[in-house]
Amino acid sequence: MTVTGYVPHSESDVREMLAAVGAATVDDLFTEIPEDVRRREPLELLAGLSEAEVVAEARRLAGRDTPATGLVSFLGAGIYDHYVPAVVETVVSRGEFLTAYTPYQPERSQGVLQTIFEYQTAICELTGMDVSNASMYDGGTALAEASILAGVQTRRGEIALSAGVHPEYRQVLETETAGYGPRPRTPGLRAGATSDLEALAAAVGEETAAVVVQQPNFFGALEDLEAVAAIAHEAGALFVVVADPISLGLLEAPGVAGADIVVGEAQALGNAMSFGGPGLGYMAVTHRLMRRLPGRLVGETVDLEGRRGFVLTLQTREQHIRREKATSNICSNHALNALAALVHLSWLGKEGLPELGALCARKAAYLRQRLLALPGVAAFTEGPVFREFAVRLPLPAAALVDALVPEGFLAGVPAGRVAAGFAGRLPKLPAGASDAPGPSGLDDVLLVAVTEKRTRAELDAFVAAVGGVLAKAGDADA
Amino acid sequence: MPDRREAPSLRPAALDRRTIYEKSRPGRRASALPVLDVPDTPLDELVPAALLRRAPARLPEVSEIELLRHFTGLSTLNFGVDSGSYPLGSCTMKYNPRVNETIARLDGFAGLHPYQPQELVQGALELMDQLERWLAEIAGLHATTLQPAAGAHGELTGLLVIRAAHLAEGRDPKRVIIPDTAHGTNPASVIMAGFQPVAVRSDARGGVDMDALREIIAGGDIAGLMLTNPNTLGLFDENIVEIARLVHEAGGLLYYDGANANAVLGVSRPGDMGFDVVHFNTHKTFSTPHGGGGPGAGPIVVRDTLVPYLPVPVIVRAEDGRYSLDDDRPQSIGKVRTFYGNFGVLVRAWAYIRGLGPVGLRRVSEMAVLNANYVMQGLRDLLDLPYGDRRCMHEFVASATPLKEDGVRALDVAKRLLDYGVHPPTTYFPLIVDEALMVEPTETECREALDRMIDAFRVIVREAEERPDLLRDAPLTLPVRRLDEVQAARRPIVKQRLDEDEEGGA
Repeated sequence: MTVTGYVPHSESDVREMLAAVGAATVDDLFTEIPEDVRRREPLELLAGLSEAEVVAEARRLAGRDTPATGLVSFLGAGIYDHYVPAVVETVVSRGEFLTAYTPYQPERSQGVLQTIFEYQTAICELTGMDVSNASMYDGGTALAEASILAGVQTRRGEIALSAGVHPEYRQVLETETAGYGPRPRTPGLRAGATSDLEALAAAVGEETAAVVVQQPNFFGALEDLEAVAAIAHEAGALFVVVADPISLGLLEAPGVAGADIVVGEAQALGNAMSFGGPGLGYMAVTHRLMRRLPGRLVGETVDLEGRRGFVLTLQTREQHIRREKATSNICSNHALNALAALVHLSWLGKEGLPELGALCARKAAYLRQRLLALPGVAAFTEGPVFREFAVRLPLPAAALVDALVPEGFLAGVPAGRVAAGFAGRLPKLPAGASDAPGPSGLDDVLLVAVTEKRTRAELDAFVAAVGGVLAKAGDADA
Repeated sequence: MPDRREAPSLRPAALDRRTIYEKSRPGRRASALPVLDVPDTPLDELVPAALLRRAPARLPEVSEIELLRHFTGLSTLNFGVDSGSYPLGSCTMKYNPRVNETIARLDGFAGLHPYQPQELVQGALELMDQLERWLAEIAGLHATTLQPAAGAHGELTGLLVIRAAHLAEGRDPKRVIIPDTAHGTNPASVIMAGFQPVAVRSDARGGVDMDALREIIAGGDIAGLMLTNPNTLGLFDENIVEIARLVHEAGGLLYYDGANANAVLGVSRPGDMGFDVVHFNTHKTFSTPHGGGGPGAGPIVVRDTLVPYLPVPVIVRAEDGRYSLDDDRPQSIGKVRTFYGNFGVLVRAWAYIRGLGPVGLRRVSEMAVLNANYVMQGLRDLLDLPYGDRRCMHEFVASATPLKEDGVRALDVAKRLLDYGVHPPTTYFPLIVDEALMVEPTETECREALDRMIDAFRVIVREAEERPDLLRDAPLTLPVRRLDEVQAARRPIVKQRLDEDEEGGA
């Protein structure tokens, strides 16, 4: 078969072009590469395939997977299965957006520049902040960048990081700031899974650059943002909130509660789950911190004739100008995912986002109440929740998940799975969890997320199925 | 919104430059959501009133067709590889095969949640395992992590791996050598990883100045060296083997910035050159779309001695062929991002490599180098070629200094190219070339497109002599003229002003 490499040249093109550049053969183009590092034998890779064959091979692999979208899924913990409207796909598939580079030539990039400006506006509206950048990689790296920003701004060397922040985010922060940036201290949670504010306050001192909580937190509990803001600001530290953007249709904007930096994962806005990436990290700050914001930023200006236009602005913050004096190395971001988020938000609109939030909250409350009525199921997350909550089961959460897959359900995320990977790396686990089995102390805890895609019939069938598994487990014990 | 009531009806759609917020009308919406089918509990019984949002976010209020027209209109103001030639140096703006988009959207990939039971994601893990092995073979090294989300993120990850390796040997060297031609991400990543960058100058042939390198190494405390090869001048460093020997002798490790790997696929492998850590930019070398700035992916490949330090989780294949994700790596640097990397991007890279195979990949580099040399030859009598005596690789750097006597700068050339439908090269980089124009045609441009590119330069050089004002005024044919970047930075307006009394500027 013919492998083109998507190269258009015919053999005569190649011959004539070689002649034009004074090379006898294609090999002559590479004479500047020293002989001892020039390769003659082909790479040991599978032989190339036609397009149809590649698709067939991809379908074989994809067919080995059982996607969450094909089951009744209650998986969340940072990645959510909300409905993405069809217009998102239409817009992000347009080649002018899809195949463009970073808009370094603004006169020919007004399309992407204006969409980023509109995206920045939407993120500021959602979070109640003054300035949003053009996007980051994901929630975890955005939090790491927020922590570095706080360290630079306050010239302090520690952050107080609630154990309610997603364990993977904490781990990313720990890794990425190992050589540079403030070191995290992680006070625990109270029973009921909200941050232990006394422990948090005790962890804050003169060296604290920032206090970080997540809203809703990893276990779905709602934190008292104003109280945490007070703890942070009293100590002269910045207040950083990791916020779920869908929740901001219903919950108060972190900016109103006094946040200095808001970051998070916005995959659920317009982006497929895609095994966890690419999603969309976002980051927004107060006006005071604008010149320390990492990443790209689009600003409005005028052209020679006074017409409005958009450009990348305050670029002197960035690595390509500032090099070793830059406080972030980010270059490529997640612009196309941000465009998807903007289209989804525009589709939802001012009325739709609160309506979506209310749908999720009511469905989650309904399912939670019904699950807690099952014998042996107890609340792990107490108090109000948004669309996700944790319950304690009378058996390992992973066993319940496995038992329900054949019945067509993905029951949720076993909290121990996320935390277990960090055994020995998680400074403190939630208080009250120490009596549970397993290394993480969370093996019987299941995180359950309910998006608007779940119908009442599905919720009822799920409760019945969970009840069935628990009854069987109870019989086996007896 | 000041001009909300201004009648736009007689403006052609493409010229309707209102933002989506300015097109909003109260009460209008595109979305229809499912009807509530569970009890209609009052919200303040679910969430305490103090935590409920008082004022809704002022998101756009538009119908679905208005939404679509808005973004379709904006797309026409943009320029991608699909629109025309895009010889943006060091960015490898090649064709993005559409089949890869189809494959990435298969439910069995796009519909996966990262916390599904691992038995349900065996296909995804097999795909990632394959891609890891292929990248290792292409790099000439041993093990890959797919987690870094971009090239710069790969740099940070690789440098943290290098740091962990030094610390494990009880050393803590601080200095990382970087050529003066390096991308800005290199020194920024070095700082973030806790090292100190030390610049080494380039010699007259555009490679690392060996005397300067020896002098820096003699100063000790060498953690490593970061190098792009071919470098940002588009030149292969002829001394690479000696450079690697010197750095290794000093206890340092070599990091390969893979931004320019499109020149050497199957032709020369970084591992064989002596590099210990390599990152690839899948959005450059392996044709995943840039998306207006991202998402990309920056997988790194390392030598066997560095494998214990790779980030977690690691994909493991058991003897029975079953794949799993392993977090239990005591010497690992930890996690560098959530979940497993930009999987959807990696699927596209997988499809590209699977389709091309070893023959296709080598052809990519051969033709990328041929195209760059062809365009360089075409510009020889038009612009200054500071390293024109050497064979360039996949890109080359020209200088617009000859046009300075007409008062024309590289920036003006770039803006005028926009008028001729060619995306400009990278300008003013690398920093060591005055009035630099860094040209990377890529292998997917046909000969007529290359000739057209050369013709555009020829016309512009003539215009520089005859009508220099025209160039300084360019672009003249686009929806906006040159934009005032100084004003944008002096008084930043970084979000839409949504009501009269609000300060639009932040």
